[in-house]
Amino acid sequence: MTDYKPNEMMTIAAARALGNDDVCFVGIGMPSAAANLARLSHAPGVTLIYESGTLATKPTVLPLSIGDGELCETALTTVAVPEMFRYWLQGGRISIGFLGGAQIDKYANLNTTVVGPYDKPKVRLPGGGGAPEIATSCGEIFIIMAQGKRSFVEKLDFVTSIGHVQGGDSRAKLGIKTKGPTRLITDLALFEPDPQTKEMTVVSIHPGVTREQIQDNTGWQVRYAAKVAQTLPPTVRELEVLRDLHARTARVQGEAA
Amino acid sequence: MARILSLAEAVKEAVCDGDTVAMEGFTHLIPHAAGHEIIRQGRKHLTLIRMTPDLIYDQLIGMGCADKLVFSWGGNPGVGSLHRFRDAVENGWPHKLAIEEHSHAAMANAYEAGAAGLPCAIFRGYRGTDFHKVNPNIRSVKCPFTGEELAAIPAHRPDVAVIHAQRADKAGNVMLEGVLGVQKEAVLAAKRSIVTVEEIVDDFGPRSLNAVILPGWTVGYVAEVPGGAFPSYAQGYYPRNNNFYKEWDAVSRERDSFLAWMKTNVLEKGPEAFAAHARKLRAAAE
Repeated sequence: MTDYKPNEMMTIAAARALGNDDVCFVGIGMPSAAANLARLSHAPGVTLIYESGTLATKPTVLPLSIGDGELCETALTTVAVPEMFRYWLQGGRISIGFLGGAQIDKYANLNTTVVGPYDKPKVRLPGGGGAPEIATSCGEIFIIMAQGKRSFVEKLDFVTSIGHVQGGDSRAKLGIKTKGPTRLITDLALFEPDPQTKEMTVVSIHPGVTREQIQDNTGWQVRYAAKVAQTLPPTVRELEVLRDLHARTARVQGEAA
Repeated sequence: MARILSLAEAVKEAVCDGDTVAMEGFTHLIPHAAGHEIIRQGRKHLTLIRMTPDLIYDQLIGMGCADKLVFSWGGNPGVGSLHRFRDAVENGWPHKLAIEEHSHAAMANAYEAGAAGLPCAIFRGYRGTDFHKVNPNIRSVKCPFTGEELAAIPAHRPDVAVIHAQRADKAGNVMLEGVLGVQKEAVLAAKRSIVTVEEIVDDFGPRSLNAVILPGWTVGYVAEVPGGAFPSYAQGYYPRNNNFYKEWDAVSRERDSFLAWMKTNVLEKGPEAFAAHARKLRAAAE
């Protein structure tokens, strides 16, 4: 079997979650790598949308920013940003939102705003961007994040975008009809919300990863589904497409200098 | 009617100390040359509005031009932090910076409301989040028909909007294409505006019947500054210089290296320095 890195396993596992019929609102960074891997491998028909207004874009290299020229040039069309957020996102045209974050809690609420108190922050993070409304307007949400004690925390310093809020039916009680986070893909495992409590629960462990490792990189007591699968390792083809994509991106970004 | 002036003259006439200024461009067409000119002319106490503060506001904040920032995402896209923005918020350097924080949807709606002459923007947003706890401008209204609770924030009505576009004609009509961001809305929401352009042409030539054009009578000042969006990009002219964004991380990390860079590349230069970055990619422009 081919060697691979935990980050590659994470990106590939995330890509597998997307299908041909999905219309996906893509965040920059890891969500973008996963979404484009899906498009370049098993889901050539997937519709990718970036918040810069590019609809059904097919970049040949990964964009560094959310509005690179490549996204616009390869898109079906590009709309202005107010239209993007009003008609397409708020209008309910997007089935999946793909997010990352700096901090996540067990109900998959996310913080990308601040570490420490808001008025006297230890680390001022970039902020919400599109996430607060992506999290509630898309049909469902996939989250991709590498695990660690500082990022998988018991309590968020700031709620930038909601997942399952306090668990149970607390999300629905806010009048929100969309599903919220249905998958959390990490470098160690796959989580899905428990049907009742809505706590993100491990349903599949990546090859070679132990339960102890998962707990050591999580700030809350990790729960497991009754039946836990082992994630299929990356196939040769998946790794090839992903590495090609990264190599092409590095080459083009180097040339642009 | 738009007046065609030099960038220095346009900034002198349109931007005053204490103004609320929106410099827009969503990754694309960011008016960097105009930002440098505002810094060179030493404007102070500005309230800066922008969805993605980006390098342009990192520079204005680090040079002490801003008292307040209204924004929704303050990072270096794909790279990491805006260090000058962080230094201002975390340590109050070069002075304290007040922040009013929103989401992208809120900011886009607020510009649109401003352009539409409305007092506020109404949308389905912020539900379940902590934003309203730190921003008293995030409130709610009840839909009079369905009873649904919706988010409301004040419309953006900047004193000045500053954008960069591909082309203007001699009557000051402005044409932009590609990733459009909120530039049209920002200009129409503002009392005054400055548009820098790659080139001023006799005629726009063949174009889509629905080309995005700001008529000259909606624009305050037009200044020709080739390369004026560098290191962001101008579709059809030059690509985004991703390496500059990566290098900015090191330049801006420390106060001294930032100030030295600003002295050499901004304070001791003029808008003409941007011409070195200007190009016209024929294939994309035709």
